[in-house]
Amino acid sequence: MATESAPRTLYEKIWDAHIVQQRDDGTALLYIDRHLVHEVTSPQAFDGLRAHGRKVRRPDLTLAVADHNIQTTARVDAAGHRLPVEDPESAQQLAALVKNTRDFGVEYIEDLAAEQGIVHVVGPEQAFTLPGTTVVCGDSHTASHGALGALAFGIGTSEVEHVLATQTLLLKRSKSLEVRVDGPLGPGVTPKDVALAIVAALGAGGGAGYVAEYTGSVFREMSIEGRLTVCNMSIEAGARAGLVAPDDATFAYLQGKPRAPKDAAWDEAVAYWRSLATDAGATYDKVVTIDAATIVPLVTWGTSPDDSVPITGTVPDPASFADPSRRAAAEKSLAYMGLTPGQRMQDVTVDRIFIGSCTNSRIEDLRAAAAIARGRHIASNVKQALVVPGSGLVKRQAEAEGLDRIFIEAGFEWREPGCSMCLAMNPDKVPAGERCASTSNRNFVGRQGPGARTHLLSPAMAAAAAVTGKLTDVRDISVREIA
Amino acid sequence: MRPIGTIEGKAYPLGRANIDTDIIIPAHWLKTITRDGLGKGAFETIRAEPGNVFDDARFAGAPILIAGENYGCGSSREHAAWAMADLGIRAVIAPSFSDIHSGNAFKNGILTVVLPQEQVDRLLEVAQELPITIDLEAQTVTTPYQDRFHFEIDPFRKDCLLKGLDEIGITMELDGAIAAYEAKAHGETPWVEGAAAA
Repeated sequence: MATESAPRTLYEKIWDAHIVQQRDDGTALLYIDRHLVHEVTSPQAFDGLRAHGRKVRRPDLTLAVADHNIQTTARVDAAGHRLPVEDPESAQQLAALVKNTRDFGVEYIEDLAAEQGIVHVVGPEQAFTLPGTTVVCGDSHTASHGALGALAFGIGTSEVEHVLATQTLLLKRSKSLEVRVDGPLGPGVTPKDVALAIVAALGAGGGAGYVAEYTGSVFREMSIEGRLTVCNMSIEAGARAGLVAPDDATFAYLQGKPRAPKDAAWDEAVAYWRSLATDAGATYDKVVTIDAATIVPLVTWGTSPDDSVPITGTVPDPASFADPSRRAAAEKSLAYMGLTPGQRMQDVTVDRIFIGSCTNSRIEDLRAAAAIARGRHIASNVKQALVVPGSGLVKRQAEAEGLDRIFIEAGFEWREPGCSMCLAMNPDKVPAGERCASTSNRNFVGRQGPGARTHLLSPAMAAAAAVTGKLTDVRDISVREIA
Repeated sequence: MRPIGTIEGKAYPLGRANIDTDIIIPAHWLKTITRDGLGKGAFETIRAEPGNVFDDARFAGAPILIAGENYGCGSSREHAAWAMADLGIRAVIAPSFSDIHSGNAFKNGILTVVLPQEQVDRLLEVAQELPITIDLEAQTVTTPYQDRFHFEIDPFRKDCLLKGLDEIGITMELDGAIAAYEAKAHGETPWVEGAAAA
């Protein structure tokens, strides 16, 4: 019992509680409590089960929804008839998910249901994700769910098949990383800016091999939506999972949600969840501290999510990087991005605006963008400005608050939920050479479409860019009452 | 999965850092519902560059890829590993890998070899002209110039790769232990069983 009483981190507590079998070689067979499934990374896994005559071990702990391929334009016509998915390959992949979930008895949130949405918005919103659980999905942004104090990480398709067949994964425990951010955040600084600042501080690969826990007053005071944004981008620093200790804000968010425990079970669960916080005296393998006062509204200039600068800054000169490989990468990035060293970020004009993705498509994100968009109009050089709610329930809430009218009157398109312009798998793409101010998570080469140029930023900054037509310091734009 | 012993041959001397899985296989190739045929989309954006290593006749059909740090970062898409396998790549050598991608590579019988940057730089130089040999059993990378670099690998992964084991089959044999865990753990945290909507 001595080891049990030693102080442990949140990560260690969840890990220990899920060990089915510890092996001598340092790996453990870990139980998976929640498995989210989407259409892109699951077809080959279900086929693998079929090929071996295997079943889904726990269909009741598995939940499927389509998000990556699904179109964000209307899904039914005026008469209520279903509109076809135009791309035959997307249609085939979507149909495969429907068939596979039916064949294997897995719950599928139907594409016309109000509960449909991006898998990482749906999980928390349905309270399918709970504190202290292990959550996996064939998607690297599964890290998002750590915002509720769940150990959540992305897996490949072979692992999807392994979880479907056995409800376990064979894993080696990661090292622990504490990312501590204390102090008040400045004006215009949002959770997205905190996330970008963390990614820049760690570097795109700095968190590899670690599970991050976000601590400090910034996260204690941050909403669950904000924590979801920060945990979502853990993987952009290479950390497979990011966690925030569950607290009263977590419980208030979850209580009454469709799959949350009820009555006596709720009280029992909350008591357990409170016990998960990192013990006093527990140590992390690595600690990174960031002073909140140093974080300002950020925007990316390059093709890696750690390539960010203050919005008031300039495009860096590749010659300023001491490391030759960083210098070469920066030169390639600037050529791809069509930017010149020393150029002011605020002089960069944009062609498209994307407000959405599993990073920034929740109600608070839409409110923040609407507060900038209200009573203004997108600039004449902006060819398209999309607002894509993360789920049908977010959409419904936004409409109840009148946000849809604000966006539509400002010239934005108000869309159906899905991954949309984050990743160029559906009709929402950025054409080659065009520049997009995007609230998504990755500015990789070709991410939003072949040749597309992405600048990552917060929802408020995206709305500011929409109304001025160029990257803009949100602190220079007055925020308006939206209700 | 096909067992790996020794991998010997030319190596693509790519060298770049932060090769993300969107570069290894762009999203428009992800709409397939099989694991096959993704080699033609592999490294599409790099292959659009004149003089790229993948279309250089010197490296045609190379079973090894040499890259910079943080190889395979970004999206969890296993399509990246399938595309590499379809291209004929059986091992990647780099100073570091993303956790998710190295797992995906392993599940598809692709060996990920971690070596310090200076050894990777040396291999990039040798690979311009000569083949490289990776011996999984001995955990070494060697060159015709008598370079001999030792690498570490997780013992379980090594065993699976050497024997070509089916991991799911191995785990399914532990069904009794899994059921026992469920009975005990979910007795203590019964709400975990209630994932379905009320």
